[in-house]
Amino acid sequence: MRLKYADNVIFRNYLKDQAKNMEQIALTIDNKKLTVEKGVTILQAARTIGIEIPTLCYFNLGDLQIENKPGGCRICVVEIEGRKNLAPACVTECATGMVVHTHNIRVLNARRTVLELILSDHPFDCLVCSKSGECELQSLAQKFGIREIHYQGEKSVYRKDTSPAIIRDIDKCIMCRRCEMMCNDFQTCGVLSAINRGFQSVVAPAFEMNLDHSTCTYCGQCVSVCPTGALTEQDHTRSVLNALADPTKTVVVQTAPAVRAALGEAFGLPAGSLVTGKMVAALRQLGFDYVFDTDFAADLTIMEEGSELLDRLTRHLKGDPHVKLPILTSCCPGWVNFFEHHFPEMIDIPSTAKSPQQMFGAVAKTYLADKIGLKRKDLVVVSIMPCLAKKYECTREEFSSDGNPDVDYALSTRELANLIKQANIGFTSLEDENFDDPMGESSGAAVIFGTTGGVIEAAVRTAYELHTGKELPKLDFEELRGLEFVRSATVDFDGLPIRIGIAHGLGNARKLLEEIKAGRSRYHAIEIMACPGGCIGGGGQPYTHGDINILKARQKAIYEEDKRKPLRKSHENPSIQRLYEEFLGTPLGEMSHHLLHTHYFDKTGEVIISE
Amino acid sequence: MEKRNLKKVDIIFDISECDYLAVLDKTILRDPDEVILDIIDSGLKGRGGAGFPTGLKWKFTKNEDSEIKYVICNADEGEPGTFKDREILDRVPEKVFTGMAICGFCIGAKEGYIYLRGEYNFLLEELKMKIDLFNKQIREKGLEFTIGIRSGSGAYICGEESALFESMEGYRGEPRNKPPYPTVAGYNWKPTVINNVETLVYVSMICRLGPDKFKELGTKDSRGSKVFSVSGDTPSAGIFELELGMPLNEFVEEFGDGDTKAVQVGGASGHCVPRKQFNETIIGFEGIPTGGSMMIFNSSRSMYNVLHDYLEFFTEESCGQCTPCRVGCQQLLKGIEAVKKGERKPAYLEELKKLALTMKVAAKCGLGQSVANPFNSIIDNFREEIIY
Ligand SMILES: Cc1cc2nc3c(=O)[nH]c(=O)nc-3n(C[C@H](O)[C@H](O)[C@H](O)COP(=O)(O)O)c2cc1C
Ligand code: SF4
Ligand code: SF4
Ligand code: SF4
Ligand code: SF4
Repeated sequence: MRLKYADNVIFRNYLKDQAKNMEQIALTIDNKKLTVEKGVTILQAARTIGIEIPTLCYFNLGDLQIENKPGGCRICVVEIEGRKNLAPACVTECATGMVVHTHNIRVLNARRTVLELILSDHPFDCLVCSKSGECELQSLAQKFGIREIHYQGEKSVYRKDTSPAIIRDIDKCIMCRRCEMMCNDFQTCGVLSAINRGFQSVVAPAFEMNLDHSTCTYCGQCVSVCPTGALTEQDHTRSVLNALADPTKTVVVQTAPAVRAALGEAFGLPAGSLVTGKMVAALRQLGFDYVFDTDFAADLTIMEEGSELLDRLTRHLKGDPHVKLPILTSCCPGWVNFFEHHFPEMIDIPSTAKSPQQMFGAVAKTYLADKIGLKRKDLVVVSIMPCLAKKYECTREEFSSDGNPDVDYALSTRELANLIKQANIGFTSLEDENFDDPMGESSGAAVIFGTTGGVIEAAVRTAYELHTGKELPKLDFEELRGLEFVRSATVDFDGLPIRIGIAHGLGNARKLLEEIKAGRSRYHAIEIMACPGGCIGGGGQPYTHGDINILKARQKAIYEEDKRKPLRKSHENPSIQRLYEEFLGTPLGEMSHHLLHTHYFDKTGEVIISE
Repeated sequence: MEKRNLKKVDIIFDISECDYLAVLDKTILRDPDEVILDIIDSGLKGRGGAGFPTGLKWKFTKNEDSEIKYVICNADEGEPGTFKDREILDRVPEKVFTGMAICGFCIGAKEGYIYLRGEYNFLLEELKMKIDLFNKQIREKGLEFTIGIRSGSGAYICGEESALFESMEGYRGEPRNKPPYPTVAGYNWKPTVINNVETLVYVSMICRLGPDKFKELGTKDSRGSKVFSVSGDTPSAGIFELELGMPLNEFVEEFGDGDTKAVQVGGASGHCVPRKQFNETIIGFEGIPTGGSMMIFNSSRSMYNVLHDYLEFFTEESCGQCTPCRVGCQQLLKGIEAVKKGERKPAYLEELKKLALTMKVAAKCGLGQSVANPFNSIIDNFREEIIY
């Protein structure tokens, strides 16, 4: 299969060549004269003078250079004097002397017709659609005041595709191709692409197979960008409500680090508001018996993963030829799915440590169950995740015991927000509350798991001290932070230089993997996160509608929470120390190995590419 | 308006002038700019449908600063009722190769490709052999140019130049946003001349005989002659090379069956001309241009069925990329069905005509933009047949 992203790279280079020539262009938009740099589109130019041209297929995650502009929906058409046809503002570059009309009657009529056409091929499911209120098509229809569709041809009908993490309700697809761009250009997974021709055209896995027979990683980035209800998460709120209502069950909840930095957005709080305490209070009001923190398990992950790193490093330094370096982090299930599908020959390189979600589940259903005197089957573990891949991860067979899963349900941040709204909880006025014991205590190192660079920084904080026996002079590793797609830094382990690589986004991960495959990798350890920005940009987070500032604000909040914590290193977490003393023994020990580590599968055989 | 009488000519398929190597020898001794000036001077416009002046296209591409450039021969010929490119490639392929090599010489391209319609794969083996021989012959002349051939994916839209590039690059055949135009960024995003099969043959002719000879035929806006594919209700279906600029009534006299009620000029995406307009309609770029297809309908034809077939074709062949075309074609199709069945009032046709006009200005490529041609011309002229 040839991936479209290669082409886009060529195209971007082409644009870059064009842009070298930093000419100034003078033009007129809606009777206002303005000057822009060469290469600026009409859409961008109009924005600089306060004119918003409506768009639908266009998507742009700012400086991350994740951009979709196929010029397909034709909502953004404008009139350029002297041209017969209208032009799409999102892709048409300004040219000297252009006279543009963005909202004259001809343009407005064409836009309305285009929108009516889209709506004429769309189910009117808004009342029961999970995107309702967030749907970009819905809000355009409202803005344009559409009350009637003049055209009454057919509606295209497709089979619904239900996977453990994602539901494709493709009747609602408007062919904006954003998911295709995300899945191909950014994630290089090549799962979703346009198929069929004419009115039957739709975005789907090859041969219209279901997602669970494709190389989908369940990263959920397609869901994050889909403007309509065509792609949504598999919703488990009903099952969770049922568990909460069942008197025979004790329901335990864990919350991932990135959730607290984004949940507030669903309640109108500004992006970057930290709502840890309110989230705990809300979960208690919802009736969860214990409110715990995935951060606790993240500290545990660091103990195991950090020890594994040190173990491989020591063996490597002693000259053991069999040891595999670099070690790759394994806490992101989207990433795990990716290498199982796309790099099966490398499944022995990543750390064997389970993700924090699964470590939590494994410990909850053994250690915790014992502690509170319950049988495994009477304990229900729910996790609140920024992630859709976790929904799939908790259904993996190896993460269950006698058919009972370690984690029963994974809800997305969005689903939790809906639950809180359903229960009529006044979220913003809740008093802060604390997590329960014994799985609620965590360090700042665990919090930063929520952002790209965080896992490796947390691992370094612990591995450094375990290796050198000395206290770290400075805890903030600025060199590992940021949003650049591929970053690298060398950390001095008391004379031993440890070379670290970081990538977020699977396309960027692919680059590092290709290096390893070719024997050119210079790293000892690499952190990989599937989503842009790491879990703060996860597929289950409140929709950003392409606003990069939201991701930046979430990232900032995560580092603030780290700073605020009295504990900032995983190995200093007393609850973790107690867990090892009372139950696990030592990191990488037998019990840990059994409960906290896993192995990976070559999944290439699971893909079905034709009927 | 300048008119010519109907005149059959024999340039394209004339094999007495087939010493293509001599044409090439003569041309590559000249200055490329001069050759391009000749082509501009000849007034040759593209024969693939859009009618862009060929010489200018070459000049723009030559002026681009790029190590790599391409020449592409568009042999996708998907327009229903057109089969002239197939005939040319079958009978006089060397003339096409020569046109390509001259183009490569002029613009500074070292590679050329023929994009052959999937349905024409039966020509592939023979063409490959001839191409190999040609490549060898021109290499011996020291001309650094190689022709290759690609088999198309069988979709009508792949004839659209930018969709053709996407298809050649191994992607779904979908038109790109323009600009950039092919002359700036075509195949592999490099400067590219893409010409129709027939256009390239006329290039060989102009290089052999000079622009003046070419200009002897045709009108000011439509120089030269053109190959027409005549089909429909005609006793003499087939391929005919005719001088450009003739009035449609003379064409109908020659090729009609005596009962012609309309001619669809330019295939499904062209215009339907009713009998009452035959006299005033000129076939050429100043009148109604055509990629070559002339479909003749006599009074026994239902124009509803004709339009219905076209709309079905577009509904299926749209690449599906842009809203106006993907949804619009289907709405037009279902719309005339509903009017025919009496489910909607005849006035709905007015609504549909407006929709077609919106498609004309808002669709992404020539396919969606041209649906209004057959739609509005058939509705306007045969409204009763559509309703009753
Ligand atoms: C939908 C569509 C289909 C087309 N199909 C063909 C084709 O089959 N052959 C062709 O030569 N040009 C076709 N064209 C025109 C080409 O895009 C292009 O203009 C032409 O190949 C240029 O060559 P010319 O300048 O020699 O005419 C098509 C255009 C559209 C919009
Ligand atoms: S979840 Fe990720 S891998 Fe799967 S289809 Fe969506 S973008 Fe592609
Ligand atoms: S599934 Fe959603 S994101 Fe993908 S093309 Fe359809 S509407 Fe766009
Ligand atoms: S980066 Fe985070 S949210 Fe995204 S797939 Fe990985 S674990 Fe899930
Ligand atoms: S007009 Fe039709 S064929 Fe052309 S890009 Fe749009 S959908 Fe595709």
